Amino acid sequence: MEFAELIKTPRVDNVVLHRPFYPAVEGTLCLTGHHLILSSRQDNTEELWLLHSNIDAIDKRFVGSLGTIIIKCKDFRIIQLDIPGMEECLNIASSIEALSTLDSITLMYPFFYRPMFEVIEDGWHSFLPEQEFELYSSATSEWRLSYVNKDFAVCASYPPIVTVPKSIDDEALRKVATFRHGGRFPVLSYYHKKNGMVIMRSGQPLTGTNGRRCKEDEKLINATLRAGKRGYIIDTRSLNVAQQARAKGGGFEQEAHYPQWRRIHKSIERYHILQESLIKLVEACNDQTHNMDRWLSKLEASNWLTHIKEILTAACLAAQCIDREGASILIHGTEGTDSTLQVTSLAQIILEPRSRTIRGFEALIEREWLQAGHPFQQRCAQSAYCNTKQKWEAPVFLLFLDCVWQILRQFPCSFEFNENFLIMLFEHAYASQFGTFLGNNESERCKLKLQQKTMSLWSWVNQPGELSQFTNPLFEANNLVIWPSVAPQSLPLWEGI
Amino acid sequence: MEHIRTPKVENVRLVDRVSPKKAALGTLYLTATHVIFVENSPDTRKETWILHSQISTIEKQATTATGCPLLIRCKNFQIIQLIIPQERDYHDVYISLIRLARPVKYEELYCFSFNPMLDKEEREQGWVLVDLSEEYQRMGLPNHYWQLSDVNRDYRVCDSYPTELYVPKSATAHIIVGSSKFRSRRRFPVLSYYYKDNHASICRSSQPLSGFSARCLEDEQMLQAIRKANPGSDFVYVVDTRPKLNAMANRAAGKGYENEDNYSNIKFQFIGIENIHVMRNSLQKMLEVCELKSPSMSDFLWGLENSGWLRHIKAIMDAGIFIAKAVSEEGASVLVHCSDGWDRTAQVCSVASLLLDPHYRTLKGFMVLIEKDWISFGHKFNHRYGNLDGDPKEISPVIDQFIECVWQLMEQFPCAFEFNERFLIHIQHHIYSCQFGNFLCNSQKERRELKIQERTYSLWAHLWKNRADYLNPLFRADHSQTQGTLHLPTAPCNFMYKFWSGMYNRFEKGMQPRQSVTDYLMAVKEETQQLEEELEALEERLEKIQKVQLNCTKVKSKQSEPSKHSGFSISDNSIANTPQDYSGNMKSLPSRSPSQGDEDSALILTQDNLKSSDPDLSANSDQESGVEDLSCRSPSGGEHAPSEDSGKDRDSDEAVFLTA
Repeated sequence: MEFAELIKTPRVDNVVLHRPFYPAVEGTLCLTGHHLILSSRQDNTEELWLLHSNIDAIDKRFVGSLGTIIIKCKDFRIIQLDIPGMEECLNIASSIEALSTLDSITLMYPFFYRPMFEVIEDGWHSFLPEQEFELYSSATSEWRLSYVNKDFAVCASYPPIVTVPKSIDDEALRKVATFRHGGRFPVLSYYHKKNGMVIMRSGQPLTGTNGRRCKEDEKLINATLRAGKRGYIIDTRSLNVAQQARAKGGGFEQEAHYPQWRRIHKSIERYHILQESLIKLVEACNDQTHNMDRWLSKLEASNWLTHIKEILTAACLAAQCIDREGASILIHGTEGTDSTLQVTSLAQIILEPRSRTIRGFEALIEREWLQAGHPFQQRCAQSAYCNTKQKWEAPVFLLFLDCVWQILRQFPCSFEFNENFLIMLFEHAYASQFGTFLGNNESERCKLKLQQKTMSLWSWVNQPGELSQFTNPLFEANNLVIWPSVAPQSLPLWEGI
Repeated sequence: MEHIRTPKVENVRLVDRVSPKKAALGTLYLTATHVIFVENSPDTRKETWILHSQISTIEKQATTATGCPLLIRCKNFQIIQLIIPQERDYHDVYISLIRLARPVKYEELYCFSFNPMLDKEEREQGWVLVDLSEEYQRMGLPNHYWQLSDVNRDYRVCDSYPTELYVPKSATAHIIVGSSKFRSRRRFPVLSYYYKDNHASICRSSQPLSGFSARCLEDEQMLQAIRKANPGSDFVYVVDTRPKLNAMANRAAGKGYENEDNYSNIKFQFIGIENIHVMRNSLQKMLEVCELKSPSMSDFLWGLENSGWLRHIKAIMDAGIFIAKAVSEEGASVLVHCSDGWDRTAQVCSVASLLLDPHYRTLKGFMVLIEKDWISFGHKFNHRYGNLDGDPKEISPVIDQFIECVWQLMEQFPCAFEFNERFLIHIQHHIYSCQFGNFLCNSQKERRELKIQERTYSLWAHLWKNRADYLNPLFRADHSQTQGTLHLPTAPCNFMYKFWSGMYNRFEKGMQPRQSVTDYLMAVKEETQQLEEELEALEERLEKIQKVQLNCTKVKSKQSEPSKHSGFSISDNSIANTPQDYSGNMKSLPSRSPSQGDEDSALILTQDNLKSSDPDLSANSDQESGVEDLSCRSPSGGEHAPSEDSGKDRDSDEAVFLTA
């Protein structure tokens, strides 16, 4: 398919661009296969380059022959284009609409993007699981890398290489995979060097209503505990929801079969509830009426900060188990690809000083989000303005970034990166010239040959020139565990977003 | 002294607000000025000092097995819960505190017994640090349009105004006296701020006694004179800061507002700021929200909204923004009044001045601003902040709101203010503490009669002496955005106004950000300065050495030179590259601030001590506090918190599982 077919009018003159808090700009609008470009053709003026994939929704309006297109972006920007001529306006609008909703991933911009910079370090190879494993292996010999999933046959959403207890062989892993949702058998997420405790994550056990058991699963989980030690299983659903899941073949670990483990339910919302929360929040933020009371009640009604509080509380609890109780933990929800990852990654930020550095945080995202199979493609396809609600839409990653920001605000000197870094990650997760956040899991990324065909975001970010805008000048390595406060008074709204 | 029934009670428990299970055992002392609690544990002996004048309410709570709990709420938003074992002691302490917290004579206040060991001369110098006649000179007064009037000499015309007042040159004594008779409490229109650039001014007064139809020729002439004093504009804005309904209700009592028909060339404007009673209730509601033990997010937001506090703050800001715009952009003079012209008028005038004039955004300028718009123009500090026992209906957080407005502006313009958040918090503290004489009484007249300046000390001198603690490291006086008028975004966004947990939850350390950017930057700045000085000294030395070497021609000395040089660079690098000891660094800061600490600010001092004795960043206490936060702040975590006895917990969990 040629993009030219979709572009009905490639160029319109005398278009006026309105953006909130900026003066209006008049210039020429050009449409290309991937961008919408507005240039005033004067020197020293900024050009607007907007990726079609960043467009969330568009509205058209006509007053006489003057058409107006309002473009709402996934990064919450709203821009308005005044286009002279009804026909041009309609053509532009329908072209944008078509171009912003391409269904084939291989037509997306990352597959066409050619970097203007020299690649010093290929980001696709920056954070290999083997390297990450080496960081632990000096401290412990109880874990090994398993290649059981190398052709994605055991678990479609897991990477080819995972870390598992040494005493469990691949055959047992295959059996355990059949007992866990989506084949997501328990794997190592984090090793706490201070006391050797670990965070593992998995999908829910498929106990069903008749209380199925799996000996290998029990063995695997117990293999992670030292003699006489106890562990905690953190279920990110409420007990009620977990019980209901049994009717659909899911369920939770019964304590009788896992006598060394205690189960804790920490409810974190998921899916469309989060999406609606985001929609309400953005709506409240864009409301220009001057009424203070309505703002606060809208903020409250959005429940966004409630979700933040829930997630942070669960993460703090996990970190507390590890560091204060000296107990290992296993975290799962239903699928183990959303709230589970929020909790495991935030707990690591609290516990592990390395994850508060730029490279460490990148490694964390690579490991706990990309390789762990957070379905970015599904979750980030649309944002707050879209009318067609898909049930797998959810700002899970944005919530995670917001939580990181909350901790950053409370410990402004303990992070190597700054707010801009988090915003940059958010923007690229939703629309990017890089291939990093494409696809839903490693298996899809392999099939798309992203490593060969697209650039990695990390290749760009980790250049010294780019890094400077993301570094926090106040950073002083803080080797301690940081304990954020989760009281509502301590959690303001993140204005940067 | 005669009010203290029992000076010392042992085995008292101080309950930790965040985790009520933990309580510190210690001894409670009652002195003439303070309540002091000293912990028993020998390694800390932590002391908590509370000034009697800070005590807002004392509440007896239901007796429990462990003793009788006493809840003390302070005006600086600290809350203290004590458990006293013996019923009799409990009663005695309660009765004593009730009396001590409500002094009836000014002489009982702390400032008359407080002695910072300064000699007479230093005290006098302290009182002239902030000089209002100097301030009017800075504005460019007197000039062709404005003159100093002596009409209020000996407080003959208005007893709540100061003696030195600036009025338009064309306003004769006859006009002033006539106008004063037509205004509530004779507070006639006078100058508050003069904007040099375009001759526009901000004037203030009380409401006119217009009733339904009354007029006063002199008052109309007074406004005419104000207009004439500004040749750049042919009208004057008259801003009534009350809601229209309240102003109309006042007409029935023979008061009211200016009728546009009677005054030539005025533009009349209502700005609905609520009265002191509404504000008092609003603060009360907000504090109730802050006190909640472990609120959910919606409880908190709902309560915050319901209190209306941020809405009131926004109303005050909006009024200030309106006036600043009228003065700087339209070049029009503004007359501001409310009912009596000492609460809302003071708030609005000072916010507008702060927006207009960068001088007021400096340390010294801010003191001047409070001295001018609040102290000299007769804001009733004694009544509003309950320094002496009085009518509780007169109490209202008027200046607290102004201080919060300043904080909100600081959040918006982090580089525009020379001072930091701590400065505001300490001023708020001392408005209630009565440790210094500045905020005593209701007017200049009363203060002169009490001979305050001869018998007490000035807060401004104290703050100025310790100014290093109050500096904002981000302050950029030369930045284009911070010069001249501050321009808030044209489209006002509601999320500009935030909850100030630094003020209202300031004693709950766990809720505050654990690392202070301000302190950190100040430390870095100081260190840079030190290093630069060191570098300078070393360079000087190097120069000397080189001179010596030029004189000696021996090869040997040449060899020694590079080695010295490298030695120098190594030492320099090692200082620059060694990461500062984190906790050490943070600890050193509070220890720097008590250097302020003669004995003077006893409470502030103890706070700082608290800070340093509880090193926020050292492993133990920090971790502990984090854990506390978790177990008691997460409502659902309580039942399953692993810190509880795990055997028992397991049972309950199994029970759940069995019933399922």
